[in-house]
Amino acid sequence: MSDAPTNEPVSESSGGPAIGADEWVARSGERAERHGGLTGRAQSLYGRVPKPAVFAFFVTLAVLVPVFTAQTDNDIYFLRVCTIALVFALLALGLNVAVGFAGLLDLGYIAYYGIGAYGYAFLSSDKFGIHWEAWLVIPLVVAVSALVGLLLALPSRRLVGDYLAIVTLFFSQIFYILTTQGYRISFLGLNKDLGFDRANWDLTGGPNGIANVDRIGAFGLTASSERAYFYITLVAVVVVFATLSLANRSRTGRAWRALHDDTLAAQAMSVPVNWLKLLAVGTGAAVAALAGTINAALLQGAFPDDYNIQVLIIIYAMVVLGGVGSLAGAVLGAIVVSVFMLEGLRPQTPIGDVTGNGRWIFYATILIVLVVAIRPWRRLGAILAGIVAFGVVVHGIVAVATERGTDGLLNSGPDTYDDGGPVGWLIRHWLALPGGTYETGSRTWFNVALVGVIALVLCMTLVKGWVRDALIVPTVWLAAFVWETRLIQEASGPTRFLLLGAILVGLMIARPQGLLGRPRVEIV
Amino acid sequence: MLGVLAYFQDFQLTWSYFFDQLVAGLTLGSLYGLIAIGYSMVYGILKLLNFAHGEVFMIGSYIGFFVLTWCGGAADPSLPIALVIVLMFLGAMLGAGLLGITIERFAYRPLREKRASRIAPLISALGVSFFLQQLAVICFGATPKQYDAFSFDGGSFFTSVSIGPFEIQYMQLFVITTTVCLLVALTIFSARTQVGRAMQATSFYLEAASMMGINVDRVVVVTFFIGSVLAGAAGVMNGLIFQNVDPYIGFQVGLIAFTAAVVGGIGSIPGAMLGGLVIGLGRAFSVGYVSSSYQDVIVFAILIGFLLLRPAGFFGTPAPQKV
Repeated sequence: MSDAPTNEPVSESSGGPAIGADEWVARSGERAERHGGLTGRAQSLYGRVPKPAVFAFFVTLAVLVPVFTAQTDNDIYFLRVCTIALVFALLALGLNVAVGFAGLLDLGYIAYYGIGAYGYAFLSSDKFGIHWEAWLVIPLVVAVSALVGLLLALPSRRLVGDYLAIVTLFFSQIFYILTTQGYRISFLGLNKDLGFDRANWDLTGGPNGIANVDRIGAFGLTASSERAYFYITLVAVVVVFATLSLANRSRTGRAWRALHDDTLAAQAMSVPVNWLKLLAVGTGAAVAALAGTINAALLQGAFPDDYNIQVLIIIYAMVVLGGVGSLAGAVLGAIVVSVFMLEGLRPQTPIGDVTGNGRWIFYATILIVLVVAIRPWRRLGAILAGIVAFGVVVHGIVAVATERGTDGLLNSGPDTYDDGGPVGWLIRHWLALPGGTYETGSRTWFNVALVGVIALVLCMTLVKGWVRDALIVPTVWLAAFVWETRLIQEASGPTRFLLLGAILVGLMIARPQGLLGRPRVEIV
Repeated sequence: MLGVLAYFQDFQLTWSYFFDQLVAGLTLGSLYGLIAIGYSMVYGILKLLNFAHGEVFMIGSYIGFFVLTWCGGAADPSLPIALVIVLMFLGAMLGAGLLGITIERFAYRPLREKRASRIAPLISALGVSFFLQQLAVICFGATPKQYDAFSFDGGSFFTSVSIGPFEIQYMQLFVITTTVCLLVALTIFSARTQVGRAMQATSFYLEAASMMGINVDRVVVVTFFIGSVLAGAAGVMNGLIFQNVDPYIGFQVGLIAFTAAVVGGIGSIPGAMLGGLVIGLGRAFSVGYVSSSYQDVIVFAILIGFLLLRPAGFFGTPAPQKV
């Protein structure tokens, strides 16, 4: 299958120079998407506000966040969540350079993040007794990481883009192995024989990682409060965002887009393709390493499981959700995924005592998706009524037919069950939760129901019209059943990764441009 | 220097030890080769890195385990042992094949029809892989399931037989023979049947094949089915050799098998098999003579070496880029 030449609707600055894009064709999808009426007017109004003003507005908003958080446990936790979201935003921005600008599937990205964290930990912790200051360590680590990125992209630079994916994915895996195995490095088991003083060298601390890493400190000052880290990360995000935004409009940025659209054509136009590919991977690696140093200082440690393939998938989901190639999209995707999926789905917040967020996020998401996706209102109303009626009827049938089929309580996390208050009462009378524990008898039924939900969703993609509407009703009910019986219990583990995987596939098929990205037009 | 000598004595630098590693490597290589064929066939036709293929292998391995459990377990099977093993293979191959078709139908075909950009199917494949892995964690649990194949017929499957200088276990012999049989069947299928020849034609030039009246969509489905069937068989073999299966083996083994496909020359079926053997032997010898912790590092080194020196692999022909 030959690569059809692709065209990307041009840079944010409309009217600027565009490479390889037919303006009218490229914007046809956008025109079709533009709504009339109130939404359309709001959109055109927003379009007239200068982009730097929008940027300044959001930065100001972010600066004010810590000001309004007092010192209760829940607030400190909230601030920590915001800082983590910003670290992920930094990561998403960096990944966007390789994936979004240059169109390279860089799966070694997580390793550069890890190199940043471990590099910082080596040079400012008790591990080797080195305590260099941050102004020296951070640039050094960032430079080293960028160099590693360049070296890694070197062997695959003249090959098809797919080889880059596999080489870099393997590199991520190798990095993980090196961090987990790096506490017993020896030269073929011969250290003692060769005259070294130790049988094994400990470099990375193995699965336990490196603890007691220094806080970020320079020139006699040390950042130790949650607020300080929030601001440090915010500054990093703002600087990286502004830099990348300018780079995207520069000559290099345009060349990256040309590379993305059609490598061969770009090469024919004397664009230095190989060098640009290396540059994109290297820039991404530098940003990831910066995020890594901040993360190590924030957590006061570097642990291998923060830098494995699962985290890579999380970052990819953020970039894809926000819109590949859109900087604002990357930040938005990072905030949505890390606040709602990584933290919000926790059965209980680690500090403070907020429980059951996951339940509300789940039902709110379903409701929002239904409201956004289904037009007109009559149809939406009918479907919502159908969902409620379906649940009540099933509940009634199960209550009559079985003895304890509807006695179950709501699952609120590992081994805790409760009645969930008045709203919980409603949920329990809508669903038919079986009595007794879920661990023993109903595990098989849970598996059947889960596979059933997946099968129903897949079926829905095949049919259209009223059949699809009718299928939505049992799907939502069954999804809620599966969620309340077991998924919520695993919410901080496999469940969220399951959802992330589904998001990646679903978005690629239904809305490849993500939330803020621009739809690409294919010209054959 | 005395210590260095002691090191080699520790590792019994004998020919019999060497042949043990060789046999282990060949067994492992057959396994990787079978999985690599699936990657290679799909890549040959769609130019798609099917990251989810490793997960198909993992699900195949689980299906084999559940068939075994359903038949009463390895220690006390309710059916004759030969029949149990045949059922395991049939179940896993069929289940994996259907899974492969489902993945193609729902995750890749919509993207093909929309003529999505080159990177979209890759991200979709990554998502499918992750989804299936975590689904297995939720449904089957993260702890490994034990095949317990040592208990088959009181462990006689793991006794050795001498063939020339080789000491080979019956189980290893079985795995290698089965692989050879599957390969022969695949070769006959692709050379003699109409669908097989259609596959070759599509792999050679998709658009031209479609103009000659070949139903490309059907060829793609058949390709996914065959690749997944082989992965399912490899899943059962993996369970029989290594005794257990967990949700994460798919990713691990898939990565290695993909390397095998690259080493052999992606798109080429004999190349995939040969690449599998090279990687299998590399891993076995690195476990035997260096360290078991870093076998993946060695595989990675092989991959980088091949990409630098011979990017098209053993059997691949460097494709000229056409405008």
